[in-house]
Amino acid sequence: MAVATLIEGVRQAMDEEMARDERVWVLGEDVGKKGGVFLATEGLYAKYGEARVLDTPLAESCIVGVAIGSAINGLVPVAEIQFADFIHPAFDQIVSEAARMRYRSNGDFTCPIVVRAPWGGGVHGGLYHSQSVEAFYAHVPGLKVVMPSTPEDAKGLLKSAIRDPDPVMFFEHKKTYRLIKGEIPEGEYTTPIGPAAIRRQGGKLSCFAWGLMMHYSLEAAEAVAAEGIDVEVVDLRTLKPLDTETIVASVKKTGKAMVVHEDNLTGGFGAEISAVVAEHAFEYLDGPVLRVCAPDVPAMPFNKPQEDAFMPNPAKIAEAMRKLADY
Amino acid sequence: MTLDHDSLGLDSTLRPPWLSSLDRVLRHNQSQVSETVRQAQVRSAGLSEEQLLTMYRQMVLARAIDRRMWVLNRQGKAPFVISGQGHEAAQVGAAAALRPGVDWLVPYYRDLAFCIAMGMTALDFMYSVYARRPDPNSAARQMPSHFGLKRSRIVSASSPVATQIIHAAGIAYASKVRKLDEVAVTCIGEGGTSKGDWHEGLNFAGVHKLPFICIVQDNDYAISVPHRLQMGVDSVARRAEGYGLAGDTVDGGDILAVYAVMKRAVERARSGGGATLVAAKVARFTSHSSDDDQRRYRPQEELESLLRRDPIERFRTLLLDEGLLNEAGDERIQQEATTEVDEAVRTAEAAEPPEADDFTRGVYA
Repeated sequence: MAVATLIEGVRQAMDEEMARDERVWVLGEDVGKKGGVFLATEGLYAKYGEARVLDTPLAESCIVGVAIGSAINGLVPVAEIQFADFIHPAFDQIVSEAARMRYRSNGDFTCPIVVRAPWGGGVHGGLYHSQSVEAFYAHVPGLKVVMPSTPEDAKGLLKSAIRDPDPVMFFEHKKTYRLIKGEIPEGEYTTPIGPAAIRRQGGKLSCFAWGLMMHYSLEAAEAVAAEGIDVEVVDLRTLKPLDTETIVASVKKTGKAMVVHEDNLTGGFGAEISAVVAEHAFEYLDGPVLRVCAPDVPAMPFNKPQEDAFMPNPAKIAEAMRKLADY
Repeated sequence: MTLDHDSLGLDSTLRPPWLSSLDRVLRHNQSQVSETVRQAQVRSAGLSEEQLLTMYRQMVLARAIDRRMWVLNRQGKAPFVISGQGHEAAQVGAAAALRPGVDWLVPYYRDLAFCIAMGMTALDFMYSVYARRPDPNSAARQMPSHFGLKRSRIVSASSPVATQIIHAAGIAYASKVRKLDEVAVTCIGEGGTSKGDWHEGLNFAGVHKLPFICIVQDNDYAISVPHRLQMGVDSVARRAEGYGLAGDTVDGGDILAVYAVMKRAVERARSGGGATLVAAKVARFTSHSSDDDQRRYRPQEELESLLRRDPIERFRTLLLDEGLLNEAGDERIQQEATTEVDEAVRTAEAAEPPEADDFTRGVYA
């Protein structure tokens, strides 16, 4: 097994799927000769040509709408939105069209598209290069929402997403692109969309996270382990479908639950996980469900002190772990 | 199959007695003046007698279905109606230039006649009006006139306006990349052209010279908002050049003129010459939908003038003048349409609605 970055996993997935299936194509802004602003599509243009690695006009609704149309006519598109912050103009295409095409046509028309977008903060991206958008899309029946946190999963889940018969929102935390390295298995493999992964076994409390926060939660868990607080860290990997079975089983084992996300608190996906725990593991709970989230301010500031204050980090997460363990 | 005051949303008691005679005079004059022009048109259209009569039947059937919908609405059997009356020549004339089942129609909600011409039956549609299980458009999940018919390559439509324009561009891009000899045609009202998705779709079609045709059915009103408050140009086709598209403005009440424009556009698309924007000027006879009353915002004279813009009456006169149709033949066509609609209504009404708990199925594969 070779050690690689998370973005390398993303790139390999597209490369392998394009080699495997000539219907697969990539579209987005700067995905061609430049290889994407983060270089996720580096090398694909040279290998597969312009028709299959297409630089689109600077228009997000167009990117997703063209992907939908091409899928109706037999292609398998992987659309890149340059930053998740700029996905909002495509909301109508994603929610009104992609998510409902199968349902509204009783299965006669389908929408096997992938929409990839880098999300998340901590990179001095300011208000419009740092956002978390997963809660918007996890709310929508008809979509799948995938949030990988390791190179192995980024590759395996993206390959699954490309082969999936339904629209998949594939969100890659931009700070993890090169920060997170890990082993990528040799040879062909896919990672199923749906199951969560328990990254650290523990008995004292359950911590649910995804993306960069999964790594920060692991760091925090190691920090409090020395104090005798044994935390189970669950990487959800997929928000939709949500692995409620793993969530509930973990809470039944530990009796305590917390959620960490970068999105702001109110209406964030942590609320859904809290509700799942409250509904299905109420009798096992030995403390309140805690949420460690960004505050309810419009978005992440550019300057470092305020960006740091906005973002959850290992110290803040560890503090919440101590508080919950002591309850 | 002439217009009546009901279909205009007019109270029949308001119809001035002189109007009928005026109509007759106007029609007579029109047919006198332009007889030779019309004959030349018919000859140059390149359509056979059988094709012309098929087009007429499609228009008549679409109108018969459409009018029945309003009746069913008043009877409390159809909760919602949105209509294409007045648009039939633009739609059937365009469809005549296409290959049903090969070319794609990415429709909008007034495209009943277009769908009929592409292969939808009266029964297919009536199932959706009655929201019955066999509805091939959406299994009765969507409101009527949200068309979709896989076997005829009529792509499922939603209610948001202009999203479909980009789908057509994507379909056409796939046709081009896969080297398939197909054309993607998409329709929209003039109001929809104000939306960003319309711009984004046409821009993409222009960039890649796609086998794509956008037909704007300009009936002067987006619900109540008139053309003059929608755009600063007389015809939206003037924007074509700005997108790298060919542009044509056509009298959408003249079926042969629409056919000629579309034939050129299809040839352009299939030969790699690129995309076309067609603005077809049409008349909207009915209120926007069954939840609207156009008497609130359209002057009485304007509504009455619509009576002289019936595209079916116009085509009928042409066919009669040309000797391609006689009164008896016309009567038969009208009767066949009525019978087909009667049977469709009977069958649809007798069909089962979907099971209540069926709505949870089919969200994912």
